[in-house]
Amino acid sequence: MVGLATVFGAGGGTSSYAEAEIADVIVMWGSNARNAHPIYFHHVLKAVNAGARLYVVDPRHSETAQFADRWLGLNVGTDIALAHTIAREIISAGLVHRAFIERATVGFDEFAAYVDDWTLERGEAVTGVPADAIRELAHAYATANAAQLCWTLGITEHHNGVDNVLSLCNLALLTGQVGRPGAGLSPLRGQNNVQGGGDMGALPNKLPGFQDIVDDLARAKFEAEWGVEVPAENGWHLTQMFEAMERGDLRSVFVIGENPAQSEADSQHATHLLESLDHLVVLDIYLTKTAQLADVVLPGSASWCESDGTVTNSERRVQRVRKALDPPGEARDDIDILLAVAERLGQRWHYDTHEDIWDELRRLSPMHAGMSWQRLDELGGIQWPCYSDDRIEPSYLHGRLWADDPAERGRLAPFSVVHDEPPVEALDDVYPLRLTTGRRLDSYNTGVQSGGFSSPNRMGETIDVSPEDASLMRITEGELVAISSRRGTIHAPARIDRGLRPGLVFMTMHFPDEVDVNVITIDATDPKAGTAEFKACAVRIDKLPVDIPLAAAGD
Amino acid sequence: MDLKTRAAPPTDAEREAVESVLGPTPERSLRDVRGGHALKAKRHLLLPTLHAVNDRVGWISQEAIDHIAERLDASPAEVYGVASFYALFSMTERPAHQVHVCVDLACRANGALDEHDLPPGAHPSPCLGVCEQAPAAFVIDAGHVAQGVVAGHVTPVQIATWTAGATPSSADQPFRATAVPQAGDPSLVLLRRAGRIDPLSLDAYLGDGGFTALARAREVGPEGVIARVKEAGLTGRGGAAFPTAVKWDAVRTQAATPHYLVCNADESEPGTFKDRTLIENDPYALIEAMSIAALAIGATEAFIYLRGEYPRAEATLHHALAECRARGLLGHVGSEGFDISLRRGAGAYICGEETAIFNSIEGFRGEPRNKPPFPFQVGLFGKPTVVNNVETLYNVPGIVLHDGPANRRLFCVSGAVRVPGVYEVELGVTLGGLIDLAGGMREGSELQAVLLGGAAGGFAGPADLDLPLTPDATRAEGLTLGSGVVMVHDQHVDLVDQLRRIAAFFRDESCGQCVPCRVGTVRQEEAVERLAHGIDGTADGTVDLALLRDIGQAMKDASICGLGQTAANAIESAVVRLGVFR
Amino acid sequence: MSEPTTAAITLNIDGADVTVPSGTTILQAAGGRGCGIPTLCYGDTITPKNACRVCMVEVEGSRVLVPSCSRPVEPGMVVRTRSERVDHSRKMVLEFLGSSVDLSLTDHVDEWNAEYGADPTRYGADAATLADQPVKVDNDLYIRDYAKCILCYQCVDACGEQWQNSFVIEIAGRGFDSRVSTENDVSLPDSACVYCGNCIQVCPTGALMFKSEYDMRSAGTWDEEHQTVVDTICAFCGVGCNLSLHVQDNTIVKVMSPSDSSITHGNLCVKGRFGFQHAQNRP
Ligand SMILES: Cc1cc2nc3c(=O)[nH]c(=O)nc-3n(C[C@H](O)[C@H](O)[C@H](O)COP(=O)(O)O)c2cc1C
Ligand code: SF4
Ligand code: SF4
Ligand code: SF4
Ligand code: FES
Ligand code: FES
Repeated sequence: MVGLATVFGAGGGTSSYAEAEIADVIVMWGSNARNAHPIYFHHVLKAVNAGARLYVVDPRHSETAQFADRWLGLNVGTDIALAHTIAREIISAGLVHRAFIERATVGFDEFAAYVDDWTLERGEAVTGVPADAIRELAHAYATANAAQLCWTLGITEHHNGVDNVLSLCNLALLTGQVGRPGAGLSPLRGQNNVQGGGDMGALPNKLPGFQDIVDDLARAKFEAEWGVEVPAENGWHLTQMFEAMERGDLRSVFVIGENPAQSEADSQHATHLLESLDHLVVLDIYLTKTAQLADVVLPGSASWCESDGTVTNSERRVQRVRKALDPPGEARDDIDILLAVAERLGQRWHYDTHEDIWDELRRLSPMHAGMSWQRLDELGGIQWPCYSDDRIEPSYLHGRLWADDPAERGRLAPFSVVHDEPPVEALDDVYPLRLTTGRRLDSYNTGVQSGGFSSPNRMGETIDVSPEDASLMRITEGELVAISSRRGTIHAPARIDRGLRPGLVFMTMHFPDEVDVNVITIDATDPKAGTAEFKACAVRIDKLPVDIPLAAAGD
Repeated sequence: MDLKTRAAPPTDAEREAVESVLGPTPERSLRDVRGGHALKAKRHLLLPTLHAVNDRVGWISQEAIDHIAERLDASPAEVYGVASFYALFSMTERPAHQVHVCVDLACRANGALDEHDLPPGAHPSPCLGVCEQAPAAFVIDAGHVAQGVVAGHVTPVQIATWTAGATPSSADQPFRATAVPQAGDPSLVLLRRAGRIDPLSLDAYLGDGGFTALARAREVGPEGVIARVKEAGLTGRGGAAFPTAVKWDAVRTQAATPHYLVCNADESEPGTFKDRTLIENDPYALIEAMSIAALAIGATEAFIYLRGEYPRAEATLHHALAECRARGLLGHVGSEGFDISLRRGAGAYICGEETAIFNSIEGFRGEPRNKPPFPFQVGLFGKPTVVNNVETLYNVPGIVLHDGPANRRLFCVSGAVRVPGVYEVELGVTLGGLIDLAGGMREGSELQAVLLGGAAGGFAGPADLDLPLTPDATRAEGLTLGSGVVMVHDQHVDLVDQLRRIAAFFRDESCGQCVPCRVGTVRQEEAVERLAHGIDGTADGTVDLALLRDIGQAMKDASICGLGQTAANAIESAVVRLGVFR
Repeated sequence: MSEPTTAAITLNIDGADVTVPSGTTILQAAGGRGCGIPTLCYGDTITPKNACRVCMVEVEGSRVLVPSCSRPVEPGMVVRTRSERVDHSRKMVLEFLGSSVDLSLTDHVDEWNAEYGADPTRYGADAATLADQPVKVDNDLYIRDYAKCILCYQCVDACGEQWQNSFVIEIAGRGFDSRVSTENDVSLPDSACVYCGNCIQVCPTGALMFKSEYDMRSAGTWDEEHQTVVDTICAFCGVGCNLSLHVQDNTIVKVMSPSDSSITHGNLCVKGRFGFQHAQNRP
């Protein structure tokens, strides 16, 4: 979100899902949407089946890549290099959208000069992708009537995730593939309601509706409504919080519906920090590993079926969640719990219904103003922004950039000069394999929720290796092996995957109770967004000692 | 596609067979893979690929299915769904040597073994398209060079030796021209080269005026050709008798491109063997006719869809196409030129239906499509397409060269006549006249009934000998010329037994897509069986006869395609016109 | 040339003139589902295969009856939705299906049998049937009871190009032997099935069914009267798929998706479709 906000001023995907269906070129970059976002991918496939071309950029020949007209298997962590090479090719082939660049952007010349030495040859040398494939993607993207550029954690879960996003935004600016029906940038949110959390101000520097905390006018509006003073300084993001714990500046933590003891890269260290807090409160629907460390556990409700409210999806659509079940046992509605906590802290918050809370938001956040619950019901959700209850805005953002009138055009979109940086952790003789992580279709995050049903396809944690590496290391399918990084060692069964090339290995993080992958991942984080580099660390694989009778092995 | 990788790879033979159609198996690429549309565009090679494996190994294993699926970016279930549509393929292991024995109408009328009397190892087959040589059998030997031989006048002893492993020699195949009793008659138009000109020699064809009609067509241009075809009043000979010029003009003027031409040589209507006879005796004329048709409709690519049980016609056409390509009479130069691909059916009568043929060529199950849209709008690969029967096309060169009405027609005369075969007559000959032309009734035979137009046609009786064999006259009698079947039944034939076979034929050949036909053909067969065995509770069978009427009406009214719509015709006509079951 | 889809077309249905946009089907022009024309293979989210032929109507000038669910209207068309021929063919289709498969869970069938005088028993006890095959229970998520299958093709199209693009199930065989099948009829766990359940969503006959529903029906505890349906949003990723939770006794018993959702069009993935158990299996 940080990347998009830097360029366009709003941190949300620019297009609706339905617009993917009218695109004629779709690029899925670092996104295994077939597994991670299957229903979004249905929209992509509608377009593909109607003739659109699909390009997939991913180190692995992933499930998504199976559908691609062309798959580009780049080296892990060379996304910026690839983006620069594509940009350079678009510029040198004369395929830039001159009019759009002149009218809607700033910084083109500097950018063009910066990427000028990213020739196809250099791009191929750095990314490993054949020059001809890079060229094809560059030309297809630039000459499409409407192109969608989509990405997921493969782009953001790097130490330089924000720069990765900025480098992709450059491509859209070069070619005018944004701000028109079907043309846009679509980051797909990994978690339910990540977008909604941001909308509601669950960001260290924002009030609800993406209003800056440091903006006096915005703060004054909230202070008037709430009758309290809002501190005029930014808070900490997750990584900064852990740093503060490390320093001893943060001593009490209230965790709501997160499982940092297992989900943080380098989870042993995270657990240690949580244990050493003065006070840890966890509100969750499960007794997670984090909850087990807590001083107080507040059993909450499953927001999607035991409570009323709203969530926002990756196309910025705000939709209603509704209560279908009573929560079990002593579990309570999260809002009740928060009200009760507030009361203990001396604040009497009064709302008759959950809808009242929503209506308060509508008063304070202009982009939500037109979204009454009734309208959300009637229209099957509404995309933000929705300023007024008698109008629906276009389904894509930033149409303003195409406006003739400079006033309407507003803030121009800057090209970003970002540096290509290799993954933090280099490969060497001791740790010669690149481990990258991702998701499987039938599991979700740390598996707490998806473990609840019996999926015939679930295979548990594995270390996926290429057929070449497997035969080199004499590893057979299903064999238990040791995977070590500079931080630790874990054991997992091997799985041979033809989608991997030699030197590249893959794990999920769905089964931390059996195999805690975060023991070996690296906690280098992006200074701009606080996202960890889950996607690239250096590992080695060793066969475990087994007693093979020598005679049997001999012949 | 979501792939499930099964451990076992295909055998070398299977892989080679697949490569013979799809080219070498690509290496696994580690950095960039082309897939998607480029791979999917090869889907039309699915049927040829299945043939290649079946020809090589004799059957199609799960491993072969998985491998084909991967090569074509299809799923194993899709490949299996297509393969299991065709009677000539097997997905369970079977010997490379297979014996298919015709148990269909003309062969039954000529003393063929009944389905239930076949020796073990012999498969019952629908009409093999050599009814003039009835009874017939088809022996296949899968292998490096797969072999298929269709033999005529087969005896139970021969069948027994073949099922024991022997293969008929080519001497057991009837001569090409045997099917043309009129061979050499100078008045012949459509059959004029049969027995006279070597069908394997392009020079002989050129020496006999070959390709002069194409030259003429180039002079008069597409509109000139269509005007002549219209003037000649040419109508389709595939069964529906639709005016050819109307179809051609409709495609010619469609904006969508490319346009396609499909020659329907699926000839599976029981009792029909004229298209095979034409192709085996005069293959170059079909190529010339198709070149002219393509010129008229603006097509640069055409397909011949030949039924799978015609190995000699296939070899003949293969040879002729190769010769023409070698001499520059066929073939693309860049985007210019014209070429014909030969596609082989695999045992499915329904694939002769004009939209099922598209699905079959495209690599899908041979299910008919809903109309509208019609083939001239949305046909092969979704593009404007003309489908023409083989005989229809053979009329074309003559029409282009010589003005005059297209009034010659072929009839496939089989059964109890002295000289069965394909007869070319001027339209208007009577049924009795045609039987006389075929030498009259066999010694000791008396006419009981004539099946006109095939299983989808109807029965005429001795009272109909004066019926002129024209579309109009037959229609007035509730009959049809259909594909030109004239199957003569004498007093020795059990008509009830023939009706049982007709009912079984439609039950076997229904594609299964629509309810009225899928279930209707089964219920029809059950009622016929009950009537045949006298199981109906009421002595006169009124309940089952009423049921047959109900079923027939629903099939006629509500089925998707011509198969279901005509599946009750012959049975109904036997009941109504001949009083069978009364 | 095809006219722009906004053009209005006037036709006559059962004596009354109706004006509709071009591209509309006869069924839609007649009032859509529930207008009195029976439908079986026609679903909300799938382009109909028009295979069942129960929706046939008479169109003047047409030699055969016409499937109203998929025939687009044409100017000046004269349509009769009831006539002797129409009623006869509907009756026969109902009898053909009723005598060959188990329609006990197919909506409206009893009503239509009565209306059209269909008597599936008149083909006798020996009539060939597919209703006696065993239920396929090969995984914990859903079952396949092809004794109920009318071959409407909707599951095949949902699994295939129209939505899921997995192509796990296809029609195999031919004629009366046609059936919905994986390759060589391998079990679902041996196939490439991803358990999205998008085939269950479109199945009109109960041939495809949640294992939870199947078990409750077998145990006699399935009680549709006392179920509520609540629409909400899936919690498993950021796409925001719409769910319809079917709840009995404070327990989710199956999950569908609204067919009019612009996000899902009735489709889900395995997590949205079957992941609900986590909410109610809390320790
Ligand atoms: C079930 C069925 C099978 C058919 N089989 C054939 C066939 O084998 N050969 C053929 O030429 N036409 C066949 N037809 C007719 C074709 O649908 C089509 O009308 C014909 O090929 C058009 O060519 P024509 O206009 O030259 O006759 C069949 C029709 C049906 C309904
Ligand atoms: S009428 Fe018979 S052959 Fe034709 S589509 Fe229907 S089921 Fe298939
Ligand atoms: S569950 Fe999904 S993948 Fe499996 S058969 Fe049904 S539609 Fe296909
Ligand atoms: S299983 Fe259901 S959806 Fe599939 S074809 Fe049969 S009835 Fe239709
Ligand atoms: S070959 Fe046997 S009936 Fe035609
Ligand atoms: S509902 Fe129209 S054909 Fe089935």
